[in-house]
Amino acid sequence: MSEIESRGYVHPEVLVSTDWVAQHLDDPEVRIIESNEDPLLYSSGHISGAVEVDWTRDLNDPVRRDYLGREGFEALMRRIGVNRETTVVFYGDRNNWWATYAYWVFQLFGHDKAKVMDGGRIKWVNEGRPLTRDVPTYPASEYQARERDDSRIRAFRDEVLKHVEARRPLVDVRSPQEYSGERLHMPEYPNEGALRGGHIPGAANIPWAKAVNPEDGTFKPAAELRSLYQSEAHLKADDDVIVYCRIGERSSHTWFVLTHLLGYEQVRNYDGSWTEWGNLVGVPIER
Amino acid sequence: MALPEKLTQTLEMLEMVPDRNERIQLLIDIAGRFEEVPPKIARRPFPPEHLVPACESQAYIFGEERPDGTLAFHFAVENPQGISAKAMAVILDETLSGAPPEQVAQVPQDIVYDVFGRELSMGKSMGLMSMVGMVARMAKQFAEGKGATAGA
Repeated sequence: MSEIESRGYVHPEVLVSTDWVAQHLDDPEVRIIESNEDPLLYSSGHISGAVEVDWTRDLNDPVRRDYLGREGFEALMRRIGVNRETTVVFYGDRNNWWATYAYWVFQLFGHDKAKVMDGGRIKWVNEGRPLTRDVPTYPASEYQARERDDSRIRAFRDEVLKHVEARRPLVDVRSPQEYSGERLHMPEYPNEGALRGGHIPGAANIPWAKAVNPEDGTFKPAAELRSLYQSEAHLKADDDVIVYCRIGERSSHTWFVLTHLLGYEQVRNYDGSWTEWGNLVGVPIER
Repeated sequence: MALPEKLTQTLEMLEMVPDRNERIQLLIDIAGRFEEVPPKIARRPFPPEHLVPACESQAYIFGEERPDGTLAFHFAVENPQGISAKAMAVILDETLSGAPPEQVAQVPQDIVYDVFGRELSMGKSMGLMSMVGMVARMAKQFAEGKGATAGA
């Protein structure tokens, strides 16, 4: 049993270790993908053979607030030389925050041959493993993408409102200061893109990074995660859960934890999140 | 009021590099010049009033009064992967340290987009803009005679 398997996750196969990645650098059936919050990091050095998928340029619709459509995803996958049989392995900065976001967007298109490198970029670097500035190129693939399916893992505002009215569970993964609404009202604080502060009624507050060991960026064992989400957030195993943050990036990390590491079968990420809810007219808000 | 001269020159220099990849390489080189706040100014644990609000890279900013009546700005970036924060710190230090405080106080936060472009996440742009805002606020307080050490 591997160290990752020993942590008791429901789907340990979605995580790979830095050792695993080091052993698959030249594997033609594997594509390593770096996704970061910091736009300079990939170019400053990355894992050999890794391509960059940038949230703002590669995964967003350039005009309206939405993700790319089928054609855009197909073009992206062809550009990075991925076909439907390729296993993509995401890693990135900030405890894999943006890596899990990219992972989640890939799942909207059903590319389920996908994994995350446990510990992300910081673990790779701290282990003294090499980085390169060489940007790889791969022969374009002939990827045929499915239509994007938002129904399983993405929630929209009207669905969230019904969810609230039905008193189903939500998890707000922002900081306690954002959850309480206090941070929006701090003087001279940068605009967070919302007119009102607080949280969606009934949401539990479990900041996303609590799922990670701060010393090495790896995910906490299943028992600790269960304690966090079941004891503190009072989630039950068969709950229908919606997670959110400010724009849906941090909450994709929690979506990953609940779905894959703890095995929740109904978790949706509300990517409209607080920048939508905090600007909507007439929706309920708690402080 | 006009921007400080060195800042104007730096923004003009960056404007001449419209290619995104070249701009990124330039900013990485700039980040490579980052020097942490000297111990004579501040030591760990850094006081929380110097922590930049909203900056995910845990940046701290310190002001040092210079004999000519201006401020020198010093920075610490605790996130070892906070390369954008380091690049921003170098630009702010190299262009605003020694500039007239009244001018520094007027530097708008959206110079972040002139430096990095528009393709920033909301969190990243907020953190970087907050660094600019904190430097401007420190200069404003200094110009009003409230000392050089005021933080956020």
